Amino acid sequence: MSLWSYANPRKFLDRVEPLSRWLFAAAGACLALGLGWGFFFTPDAVNFGSSVKIIYLHVPSALMAINAWLMMLVASLIWIVRRHHVSALAAKAAAPVGLVMTLIALATGAIWGQPMWGTWWAWDPRLTSFLILCLFYLGYIALWSAIPDAEAAADLTGVLCLVGSVFALLSRYAVNFWSQGLHQGASLSLDRQENVADVYWLPLVIAMLGFALLFAALVVLRTGTEIRLRRIAALRARAQRSEGAA
Amino acid sequence: MRAVLLRDLQLAVRAGGGFGLGLAFFAIVVILVPFGVGPEPEVLARIAPGILWVAALLAALLSLDRIFAQDAEDGALALIATAPVPLEGVVLAKALAHWLTTGLPLVLAAPVLGVLLHLPAGAMPWLLASLTLGTPALSLIGAFGAALTVGLRRGGLLLSLIVLPLYIPTLIFGAEAVARGAQGLDPLPGLLLLAGVTLGCIALLPFAAAAALRVTLR
Amino acid sequence: MPALTVSALACARGGIPLLEGVGFTVPEGTALILRGTNGIGKTTLLRTLAGLQPALSGTVTGAGDEAAYASHEGGVKAVLSVEENLAFWAALYGTQVPEAVYPAFHLAALRARPAGTLSAGQRRRLGLARLAVTGRPVLLLDEPTVSLDAGSTALFAGWLRGHLAAGGTALVATHVPLGLEAPELDLAPFRARAETLTDPFL
Repeated sequence: MSLWSYANPRKFLDRVEPLSRWLFAAAGACLALGLGWGFFFTPDAVNFGSSVKIIYLHVPSALMAINAWLMMLVASLIWIVRRHHVSALAAKAAAPVGLVMTLIALATGAIWGQPMWGTWWAWDPRLTSFLILCLFYLGYIALWSAIPDAEAAADLTGVLCLVGSVFALLSRYAVNFWSQGLHQGASLSLDRQENVADVYWLPLVIAMLGFALLFAALVVLRTGTEIRLRRIAALRARAQRSEGAA
Repeated sequence: MRAVLLRDLQLAVRAGGGFGLGLAFFAIVVILVPFGVGPEPEVLARIAPGILWVAALLAALLSLDRIFAQDAEDGALALIATAPVPLEGVVLAKALAHWLTTGLPLVLAAPVLGVLLHLPAGAMPWLLASLTLGTPALSLIGAFGAALTVGLRRGGLLLSLIVLPLYIPTLIFGAEAVARGAQGLDPLPGLLLLAGVTLGCIALLPFAAAAALRVTLR
Repeated sequence: MPALTVSALACARGGIPLLEGVGFTVPEGTALILRGTNGIGKTTLLRTLAGLQPALSGTVTGAGDEAAYASHEGGVKAVLSVEENLAFWAALYGTQVPEAVYPAFHLAALRARPAGTLSAGQRRRLGLARLAVTGRPVLLLDEPTVSLDAGSTALFAGWLRGHLAAGGTALVATHVPLGLEAPELDLAPFRARAETLTDPFL
């Protein structure tokens, strides 16, 4: 049996959706461990005090904000090429989760930026890129909700996701070009690989894993909901047809 | 395809508004800015490239929904789709017509408005060059967005929500090229990147827009 | 020689299958009238044959590059004159506007008038005149006589008879008798059965 058979809506509801509760449990465990360890059992940073501990929320949410879009891109491609309905609905289900991850990353970034850099917001390339990503999520979600025909909506949002990905990537580099142009390379961003000391690394990885599992759990659950909505619509349409025929 | 281009131009001219409205909107946005930020020449000169580009963006946005909406309403779009012309070519022709009626007038009017904003004379050629290179991308991206939202209620608002984020790279490269020109720096990298964006849009977006149209016509 | 052959065609609107197992042939020089109640899928069938939407299954020969499609709407541009409207379609199909079109559709006196000033019936005649401009032999007509009075309907039927006599072919969905000596096809037997719903979510 091939992997694609799980793209069948009913099989997804039978086999995959029940996994969401295990995913939620695993995510909860990882988040409790990673965040608990990170918040309470790591030393304060020498220069920054305890404010640095927000990285346990900031970095994983930022990571998932980008990964969610990548997942939507892959799911859209699968829909466009292989016409698996579950794939299109998974992309639809992932978008609001990705948007929330982006908002968490922006909010925690602002809260962290205040004590670190003395400002809530700076038009730093990385911050700006996330703001742009936020706009792309909004447009994608709005297009899904505006098109009444489900299949047309899946097609059009799929095309938008492909084109949007190209432009999002382009914006990422454009923003670098723009910000360096104005500030002569005076970037406020931290290079995380070098600045995250070993003591913080392990709990951070666990928190990242927790966010990834949480994302997976939410997407599976929401995809199941979307499938049920489509099923309700299909059953209604059939009932109307048999009424009309009788 | 030439027929589509000529007809769209004819329609824009006859219906009035085609040339006029976008241009008037562009001028009014630019003229309003000094009332908001004050009349100091240094301040205005500093922000002029950005203002001109943002205003051009909004003016282009204003008429985007007309690229396909009218043809969709009176059924012409379905009939054109069944005619022996590639839909990709139709998209390209319609985007070109939009550029000729909206983008080109903006390019021509921009130097006058640049003077109002105290844009340094040295930056004028770069303003013209960047708008000439960049506004076709605005029309093409807009045609793609219009193809996605054609036939939808609330389509206009949705169109701006989808199209404006896609405009960001064009805006950045275009405004940056002019700003560098104004500061006496080398504006060429921005212009080349801008040309790259436009060429990429010409190469790829007609296919995406035609695919979207086929879905909406289905 | 059959100009249009359809076999085992199934088509859907908005993801809901309407018709299945549709099969017929229309020989050259003849017309076929499609019959059926509202909503049975006449428009969907014609749009599928015109290539605007994909068929669920089945084969079609003779449509495509041979066919011209006419929807309820004529795609008439209000600010262009009658002549300009037709010239546009001629350019799109790579043909010339035949002079005979204007008398045939009673448009001779209206040539320079902007289409926006025409009455609904006149505008409809202009929309139908497009068919003569395309130069296509196979016509897919969806309610061509909507908003035409008896005289205009007879006029159009006359033109259509001439088109058929010249070796053309027409598939017409209509409720109005056109006075053509053409066989009729009732679509009711081809209504998609409830069991064959292909919705993947059921």
